[in-house]
Amino acid sequence: MSDTKLKRQKKSGLKRRESRFGLALILPAVIVVLLLVILPLFWNIALSFQSARLINIQDVKLVGFDATLRNFERVLSDREFWPVLRTTFIYTIFGSILSILMGLWAALALRKAFRGRAIVRGLVLFPYVVPVIAAAFVWQVMLNPNFGITNVWIERFGGTAIDFLGTKSYDLSVFGIFTMSIPLALITVIVFEGWRYFPFAFLFILAALQSQSEEIEEAALVDGATISQRFWYITIPALKPVLSVLFLLRFIWTFNKFDDVFLLTGGGAGTKVITVKIVDWLLGRGDVGAAAALGLILAVILGVVVALYFKFFYVEDTA
Amino acid sequence: MTRSEFEEKLFGVLKWISIVFFTIISLFPLVYMLALSFKPIAELLTNPAQWWPSLEQVFSFETYKAVLRPVGEGGFGFTVFIKNSAIVATVTVITTLAVGILAAYAVARLNFFGKKTISVAIILVYLFPVVVVSIPLFVMFSRIGIRSSLYALMIVYLASTLPVAMYMLRGYFQSIPASLEEAGQVDGLSRMGVIRKITIPLAMPAIAAVGLYVFMIAWNEFLYALLFVLENRDLWTLSLGVAQLDNQEVPKTMLMAGSVIISLPVIFLFFVAEKFLTEGLTAGGVKG
Repeated sequence: MSDTKLKRQKKSGLKRRESRFGLALILPAVIVVLLLVILPLFWNIALSFQSARLINIQDVKLVGFDATLRNFERVLSDREFWPVLRTTFIYTIFGSILSILMGLWAALALRKAFRGRAIVRGLVLFPYVVPVIAAAFVWQVMLNPNFGITNVWIERFGGTAIDFLGTKSYDLSVFGIFTMSIPLALITVIVFEGWRYFPFAFLFILAALQSQSEEIEEAALVDGATISQRFWYITIPALKPVLSVLFLLRFIWTFNKFDDVFLLTGGGAGTKVITVKIVDWLLGRGDVGAAAALGLILAVILGVVVALYFKFFYVEDTA
Repeated sequence: MTRSEFEEKLFGVLKWISIVFFTIISLFPLVYMLALSFKPIAELLTNPAQWWPSLEQVFSFETYKAVLRPVGEGGFGFTVFIKNSAIVATVTVITTLAVGILAAYAVARLNFFGKKTISVAIILVYLFPVVVVSIPLFVMFSRIGIRSSLYALMIVYLASTLPVAMYMLRGYFQSIPASLEEAGQVDGLSRMGVIRKITIPLAMPAIAAVGLYVFMIAWNEFLYALLFVLENRDLWTLSLGVAQLDNQEVPKTMLMAGSVIISLPVIFLFFVAEKFLTEGLTAGGVKG
């Protein structure tokens, strides 16, 4: 055997060993994901095609389809289906946009160093760090029509108490000229979304702002560009990639969000989103098959929206 | 005054207004929560504008005592929920770190068949709707008879925190110079020895941050707890315990006391490790 051949063999042996070692290390993680995410995912599809009820859950089949479309018929013909879908989109789109705009605003305000910036930067993360359960309940109490602080102030300025989380549509008088009906509870939930998740956008945008080179801005300054001009023509274009990633992430996560709406309103007053409806089917009506079917519909809609987003709106980071 | 001067002045003022605004909206709800948690409900109802508690009320801890007292003594039994949450969260941290460190090391350092597919798949899992996975898991765990247990929660929390942990740790492992590990191998350490004696000690800050982060996720989780252990009060986690206080018969001041109890450890941990956590958040694109 020649020398080089021996070397090559030794090398490929090393490689094989490295490969085996790598697989051994990652194996537990792969098993966890396969058993607890991938397998359930496929089983969810199977469940959505069989009639499964909470009461006879022990009879639910692990494999095999009844090939019934009744679950989908029930879910799609439910009188709440389209309103819920519409609410979900409004909640997701406006909630995502609001949190990103607030995050952008906060990042711009905290961009340059000042005394106490480190402290303010830490405090601003609170809404995101506090457990959702505590955040939702404080809002509930703050907005309580009987003793909440918001209504104390409204009444102090001569208004009448408003039940923010319990009013489906509120007649808002615009300068006494005309009245406009607004979906108050839904708007309140969206504002909560903006409040709770702006720190997430803030962190990303601040990091992006601070990694930007200052040369272009300085050049623009020398050329006499004002603050607003620098913002529109330099900062915003440079932030496009991070803003578009943020919107995608926030959209996906808000679309799937259950806790926030459930804890704030329980899905009442025109705020029911798909995830709350799924839990409704499961625990409220004990209809596992319908819950699985609606879950599948949620995943498909989300997949389509994300695919469309990538096709038409996503700005790739070219830097 | 030129436009430029005008804008300098305007935005200079707006900047400070914004800083004050963001500080208030971030801090005020917590202050309000803390204040109300000490207030007797009758007093709040008669005069809602007077929401600040007196020193005496603060030191009497009335609402907290009621919330923490066992159900048998007319309380809400929160000590049990605290214990359950602490157990579940701690076990989740240990298992997630054990599985996550090994997997992240493999992806960061080693070449093996299917590496790319596996690491991309695990990240994608992270974007997947939890609700969709929760229904089949609910049925699956019911069928094998482990659904109504803390083990069931530990298992699903491991699955839901693993992708984040892997993603954050991988980034950190990649930033450790490979030469340090090679030196260890030259000194006769086995591959496992290199991980134990060199990589893990060097990555300790990141591991601690990921651990804290996983703890927070498990501590705050609500949906799985609701689906899995709702019917067995002895197994309730803190989030379920606080949610049960959201009820017409329970004074809202107790709801606030419960909210303070669930928030305290999280805020404390956040103060301890703010720097790590914020870096981790941006690096891992953490879910919320």
